[in-house]
Amino acid sequence: MNPVIETPTIEYGTLAPLLLVFAAAIVGVLVEAFAPRYLRKSIQVPLTLLSLVGAFALVILTVVGGDVPSEPVAMGALAVDGPALFIWGVILVLSVVCVLLINDEGHFVASAAAVPGSADEEEAERSGSAHTEVYPLALFAVGGMLMFPAANDLLTMFVGLEVMSLPLYLLCGLARRRRLLSQEASLKYFLLGAFSSAFFLYGTAMLYGYAGTVSLAGISQAMSTGGALDPLLLIGFALLGVGLLFKIGAAPFQAWKPDVYQGAPTPITALMASGTLVAAVGALLRVFWVALGNLDWNWRPVIWVVAALTMIVGAVLAITQTDIKRMLAYSSIAHAGFLLVGVMATYATPEGNAVSLQAILFYLLVYGITTVGAFAVVTLVRDPGGEAGHLSRWAGLGKRSPILAGVFAFFLLAFAGIPLTSGFFGKYAVFTAALGSATEAGDSLGNWLTGLVVVGVIASAIAAFFYVRVIVLMFFSEPAADGPTIAIPSAGTVAVIAVSLLVTVGVGLYPEPVLDLAQQAASGLFVR
Amino acid sequence: MTTHYLILSGLLFAIGAMGVLIRRNAIVVFMCVELMLNACNLAFVTFARQVGNLEGQIIAFFVMVVAAAEVVVGLAIIVTIFRTRRSASVDDANLLKY
Repeated sequence: MNPVIETPTIEYGTLAPLLLVFAAAIVGVLVEAFAPRYLRKSIQVPLTLLSLVGAFALVILTVVGGDVPSEPVAMGALAVDGPALFIWGVILVLSVVCVLLINDEGHFVASAAAVPGSADEEEAERSGSAHTEVYPLALFAVGGMLMFPAANDLLTMFVGLEVMSLPLYLLCGLARRRRLLSQEASLKYFLLGAFSSAFFLYGTAMLYGYAGTVSLAGISQAMSTGGALDPLLLIGFALLGVGLLFKIGAAPFQAWKPDVYQGAPTPITALMASGTLVAAVGALLRVFWVALGNLDWNWRPVIWVVAALTMIVGAVLAITQTDIKRMLAYSSIAHAGFLLVGVMATYATPEGNAVSLQAILFYLLVYGITTVGAFAVVTLVRDPGGEAGHLSRWAGLGKRSPILAGVFAFFLLAFAGIPLTSGFFGKYAVFTAALGSATEAGDSLGNWLTGLVVVGVIASAIAAFFYVRVIVLMFFSEPAADGPTIAIPSAGTVAVIAVSLLVTVGVGLYPEPVLDLAQQAASGLFVR
Repeated sequence: MTTHYLILSGLLFAIGAMGVLIRRNAIVVFMCVELMLNACNLAFVTFARQVGNLEGQIIAFFVMVVAAAEVVVGLAIIVTIFRTRRSASVDDANLLKY
């Protein structure tokens, strides 16, 4: 029997944002190959920014035009539904601001191949050479981030995961200062990331064996017809969960996060802390809600433990940190835990689910923007040897540079979720969604879920302690005589901080428009 | 019978995972990760035979391509760190902690 091969249909219009980013990345690689060295930066920067802004405009056009597809596109490989479009928009905004940070001078090594401290390195620095490859690499990473949460089958999701991660492994190792730390971060991220994606893949293999397909809807369907306690299914779901939880940095898979965030160049840390987290939470939601939606009796208790552990580990270990980037990394772990509370809030009705999805989407947006702003401030406080990482160096910053310290204090308050900042509404939305689900009749976790919200509130209180500690340090202690210098920010960095601040304040005072947008995106839930 | 292949794939995966945890040389750790990916491939191909469609075999090709890309990135990182430290041991890379 010769099966007829059908011509695949690809909805180019719907996929245009994704294709544009990948096309620009490929053009960027060609520029590296053919353009003369002195021209490269002046080609790469506009190319990268224009493609990201263009992709964002295409996302907006799709939404405004009202042609959000109601079923999967590209032969079922990708699902460009409301939540996916919202996540795309968030990732593209975050990546534009991160590229502005990347564009700033002095973050990236002159020649990655030169051994630190060698004559080669000095020569490369003197000749003013630079790795403009960071732009196409960042574009590939962003392309992967767009693909990952929109994937409608596990193979596309795996490819998206790798396309997102591989450039990030490299970018982590390209810091100009403290290169040993940077290379170590890169090695650790790579080995652990590859390890976790192998788990993801084996989980995919098991689910394929169970369902005979890797499409998320197919797995869900196989579950409703076949048994739900097949060992293949349970092993597959556990291994898949390991891979996904590693990417969002949930405990007990959080160990890489502080090391990598500290060692990586700060603009890349900003990209990872915002974009990767948004993409990974999107993918996690799709797997747990679409493919394993019928299995929630099994996965919700597991995620309960993971969420509680993540919030507590993130908040408690952050207190003991002495490095500002490490502290922000633990704070990011705690926030991943808060997001997992939202993932648990699965209602019996689609309307209820839309409420939790809206909360998560809103949280992702406000957290991502605030994170980028905070890391942008970190790039400006400098010691002779690079950024002033140690917290003691930040003492008295409020007296030397009140505006910068004030802005940073505001971002920290937003992380802590103080009212009148965007972070407050994010946390409020996620916790209310979880409480609503807990009080719903027939919820399998019921009071346990209420307990998780209590754990979340306690973790927020612990987290508020170390945020406020930094603020006290900045404003109420004397600056050291040889304190850090405040770099004159470039126009790009000023723009990043201004945008982050505006969004954090604006959404904090007047969250309705963003909440409405998130609600519209969430109302249709995930297409299958 | 496909069961034997699945058992072999499970064994290979476990050997790879143990290797990642136990071995200290970054190159060997990385080879163990590759072993895990190949165990996945074996599982995919076996399941393709078992459930009777071609999807699993096609996925195996995708995995090979991804693994090849991963080798490029991974060896670049390991070689860089070896040139800096004259050692590829993962225990020596210990500046980032606590």
